[in-house]
Amino acid sequence: MAMLRESQIMKIHYITGIAALFVVAAHILMRLIMPYNLSLEYDNVIANYHNMPYVVLLESILVLIAIHGFNGLRIILLELRQSKAWEDGVTVLTIVAMMAVIAYGTRTIIVANGLGFE
Amino acid sequence: MIDLIIEKIEKMEKKHQKKETVRSSVVLKVYRANRRARESAHYDSIEVPVERWTTVLDALLYAKAYKDSSIGIRYSCRMASCGSCGMKINGIPRLACYTKVSELEGSTITVEPLTNFPHMRDLVTDFSQFFAHHRDVQPYIQNEEADIKDKAKLSEFMQTPEDLDKFLQFSYCIKCGLCYSACPTVATDTKFPGPQALSQAYRYFIDNRDAGGKERINIVDDRHGIWRCHFAGSCSSVCPKGVDPALGIQLLRGHLLGFSKNEKKVADLQERLKKD
Ligand code: SF4
Ligand code: FES
Repeated sequence: MAMLRESQIMKIHYITGIAALFVVAAHILMRLIMPYNLSLEYDNVIANYHNMPYVVLLESILVLIAIHGFNGLRIILLELRQSKAWEDGVTVLTIVAMMAVIAYGTRTIIVANGLGFE
Repeated sequence: MIDLIIEKIEKMEKKHQKKETVRSSVVLKVYRANRRARESAHYDSIEVPVERWTTVLDALLYAKAYKDSSIGIRYSCRMASCGSCGMKINGIPRLACYTKVSELEGSTITVEPLTNFPHMRDLVTDFSQFFAHHRDVQPYIQNEEADIKDKAKLSEFMQTPEDLDKFLQFSYCIKCGLCYSACPTVATDTKFPGPQALSQAYRYFIDNRDAGGKERINIVDDRHGIWRCHFAGSCSSVCPKGVDPALGIQLLRGHLLGFSKNEKKVADLQERLKKD
């Protein structure tokens, strides 16, 4: 079942956590280049989705936080109960949930950007 | 110079004396339960006379000798060496033989069995799982070069004081289980080796006489292994022998993450023999 050693998974966990701090900080700073309420207006939000560097930033936030968050959830659940079936179930479930969240979030970014739909 | 040292010692003693409370007796609130005899859990209050030097173990043994001979306690050396008298004293895991009654606040002392260990009777807990975790990390020197059966090859490994310093504090562990009892991860994850076993894994991993590092790393680098430590640090604060298991865990993690290197200069026995 184990494709990666726990130390490799934890390396990914720490790296995604630290990287997420930077991209989220950049994301928040970009909200501040105009008055906060204006930055959340429909036209401005859609304009953001059409800005390619911003799209890359959003996608990286999505991927980094999904990996870090779902691995954190896996760790919490692993400590709740100890049996092979539970551990394998938790691992599969969190990987599937992580992929589903990334896929759904990516879809939202693509739709808002208009890529492939124009 | 000597005067200065004596003055310092006297100051320290005075400071220490202030913390001590002198009483002629205390009430021991002893946790009593015996699942096999279907005796449900309750506390017995027993008054015992104490002196300034009386330890909690002395007080318990007095209670056992003169008040209630059925109290279940485990102890042996009475000098913080064997690690068998661990119990919760006023809620904190401590060695009963190493805790003086005069250091404790209040005139009632509550003694309970260690948490995170299966309970057996009164203050006695089952250490099988704890020792199994200890055994799992292979707590012994492994070295193919050291052929102890072949007398001709028999020799000793040379270690510098620096080599020794790397693991010395961890070798003071007496396996009393106090750190295991204080660990919040052990409380929820029974497969977690615990601070004692993990710090012993580091103790042998960093010993330059040992060549079994890789195998030991594979054992602790597991779903329920070293990564499940959450930096609570309670293990180090309860250790009666000054071991810092949390430090051992973090140092071993550093090696697993590739931040630290473990360069072994395993002594060459043949070379040593030639020199001698
Ligand atoms: S590390 Fe300290 S507290 Fe833990 S078992 Fe060893 S001596 Fe006891
Ligand atoms: S009786 Fe041996 S450590 Fe307390």
